[in-house]
Amino acid sequence: MISRRSLTRTNAVVAAVVVLLLVLPAFGSDFFVRFIMTQTLILGLMAATIVFLTAYGGMISLAQLLLAGVAGFMFGNAALSEGARGLNLGLSPWVAVVFALAVTTVVAFLLGALASRTTGIYFLMLTLVYGVIGYTVFAQVVTISGPSGITSIVAPEPFTEPVNLYYAALVLSVLAYIAFRAIGRTNFGLAMQGVRDDPIRMSSLGFNVALHRTLAFTLGGLVAGVAGLLNVWWRKQIDPASINIGPTLAILIIAVIGGISYFEGAWLGALVYVLLNTYTKSIPLIDQIGLTPDRFNTVIGLMVLLIMVLSPEGLAGILERLSRGRGLGKPTQHSVEPPTTSTSPVRTGPGGLQ
Amino acid sequence: MVDTPVRTSTRDVARRLPALTVWLVLAFVAVWVLFLAEGTSAGPAVDDPGRFVVTLLDALTFAGLLFVVASGFTLIFGLMRTVNMAHGSLFLLAGFTAIAIQQSMVGKTTNIAPEDVSIWSWIGPLLLAAALVAVLGVVMHQVFLRWNQGQELRQALITIAISVILADQMLRQFGGLAKTMVWPGAVSHFVELFGERYATSRLFMLAVALVVGVALWLWLTRTRMGMVIRAGVDDEGMVRALGINATLVFAVTFFVGAFLAGVGGVMGASFAGAATGSDGTWLLNSLVVVIIGGLGSIKGAVAGSLLYGTVVAFSPAYLPSQYTFYSVIFSFALLALVLAVRPYGLFGRPA
Repeated sequence: MISRRSLTRTNAVVAAVVVLLLVLPAFGSDFFVRFIMTQTLILGLMAATIVFLTAYGGMISLAQLLLAGVAGFMFGNAALSEGARGLNLGLSPWVAVVFALAVTTVVAFLLGALASRTTGIYFLMLTLVYGVIGYTVFAQVVTISGPSGITSIVAPEPFTEPVNLYYAALVLSVLAYIAFRAIGRTNFGLAMQGVRDDPIRMSSLGFNVALHRTLAFTLGGLVAGVAGLLNVWWRKQIDPASINIGPTLAILIIAVIGGISYFEGAWLGALVYVLLNTYTKSIPLIDQIGLTPDRFNTVIGLMVLLIMVLSPEGLAGILERLSRGRGLGKPTQHSVEPPTTSTSPVRTGPGGLQ
Repeated sequence: MVDTPVRTSTRDVARRLPALTVWLVLAFVAVWVLFLAEGTSAGPAVDDPGRFVVTLLDALTFAGLLFVVASGFTLIFGLMRTVNMAHGSLFLLAGFTAIAIQQSMVGKTTNIAPEDVSIWSWIGPLLLAAALVAVLGVVMHQVFLRWNQGQELRQALITIAISVILADQMLRQFGGLAKTMVWPGAVSHFVELFGERYATSRLFMLAVALVVGVALWLWLTRTRMGMVIRAGVDDEGMVRALGINATLVFAVTFFVGAFLAGVGGVMGASFAGAATGSDGTWLLNSLVVVIIGGLGSIKGAVAGSLLYGTVVAFSPAYLPSQYTFYSVIFSFALLALVLAVRPYGLFGRPA
């Protein structure tokens, strides 16, 4: 239970960080703003959808990168008119955006409905299967992509300028952060948390458990799709390898490093991930301990292992405990028990979607 | 009361709709493969029985390999509710290790011809490599998984981290190029079947899978340890209460589960080669098999392997030639169909 005082402190820190990020382009180097921070915000937004589904639904999803990829591929197919591959629908960019997000939402709804009767470890495995089958579909079906993907994708007008893209990623991240936290206090969010904690009781109270899970997954998929659009505008291309099993696990790893039940953790984890990915080579002595210079994945794997063994709440959890002055005590018993963010009791009568 | 039977029967039909759909789909697929499949790479089975038999054997041999790998995964889950996401890494590590051992046994590192390979320089590396990854699996279980028994998601994330580290270290150690384990010369030739040539090595692989399956079945049904494991799957608390050393049983189960991943890895390295990325592919294959068959059930692993193997072999052969690349969608359709009827798989039970 987060106390009211620490909540305001968290809010103050988050607000300060946002202000800092708003003025960052004025003094940060181009490389830092356009490469590191833009990438961090995009990956953080994708990871935040995993946190959303985990914290409110108890559903750890490995399909979020696939949904981001669906949006990216669909934008590429719709916006280009004479690309080397794909459908080349030649729609105007903003129509293509709507088209990409609509397709992503429909796909998320269908996948969510199919997975809605499972939770926990079954959900994790099923969504991993979604992710890898999705990769294979894009790699094999040449009408929409094929193995080499879609190249020369151009962002809609103001976002061709890298700084504008950075601001778009920042604004959308802040909006998603606020929205995800606010949803926890709506009828729907409270019902989701009830479904997470005791699906059988919620079902007997008249809530449609499967529908709640499906809709949460759809909403998470839509936000992942937005992140996928930013990603494809930033990279200017998308290929199936970028949504294969490795990158799919990387998004989960980002959420885990940050703290899988903290929304702030998603962006914190993304920052750590991007910084490590960019600068592992320069860490002193890393080649002396049996790791050759390029062993980024070993470093990141060891980090996740350490976090899961010692402190499953991740960096955000460690920071919170430090700020409350309790230090690093015993690791908590349950890894992904999400903190109860609501201050009002869960409604006991029918109030959500029936 | 009068209209009750009517309502029940309407509801009955609605409830059985998914099952009816499944039977209709199966009937359509059978008719398609037997009579209608004009313009596909294989052709209707009545016109070209040879291609049908070859496709069927492809399905069975692939299913054999799937079973060996997935049975290890499902055995561990069934007893301990631990999802070992590093199963694919153990598979690939065994493949690479067996290739290295075989190369040192034969005395060459490149251009090993099947004639150079005696049956023992295939089975020896198989057993050694599988034992090695089995020991690694036990160490992993004792160090990282034993003390957080019951925290399924935490265990899954720990094994994901281990798989990322292992994948990176294998890339460092064995390089990014695909390597192949060489079949023994005694099984590297072809047999004639209905006018088609068929590789004996694939039949040999099926035989190995059958031996593994029968041994596993005998172990689980005819030995005391197997009996304890089956009891543990049903009620772990009761097994402990009876004074059985469950810690030892867990360690043995993890050993056997990892050993099966290793055996599968060596078979896979002989059949399709070992390369960076095979670990993810085979983790996925195991997941698909157990999600279809039901987690924790050996019967389910058999059924899941047969179904998935059949779809993988038949869909490219019996799709119209210009649409062959859509065959991957059929794996997904199989998964969706099974989950729509039984959310926990064919032989699965809710947690």
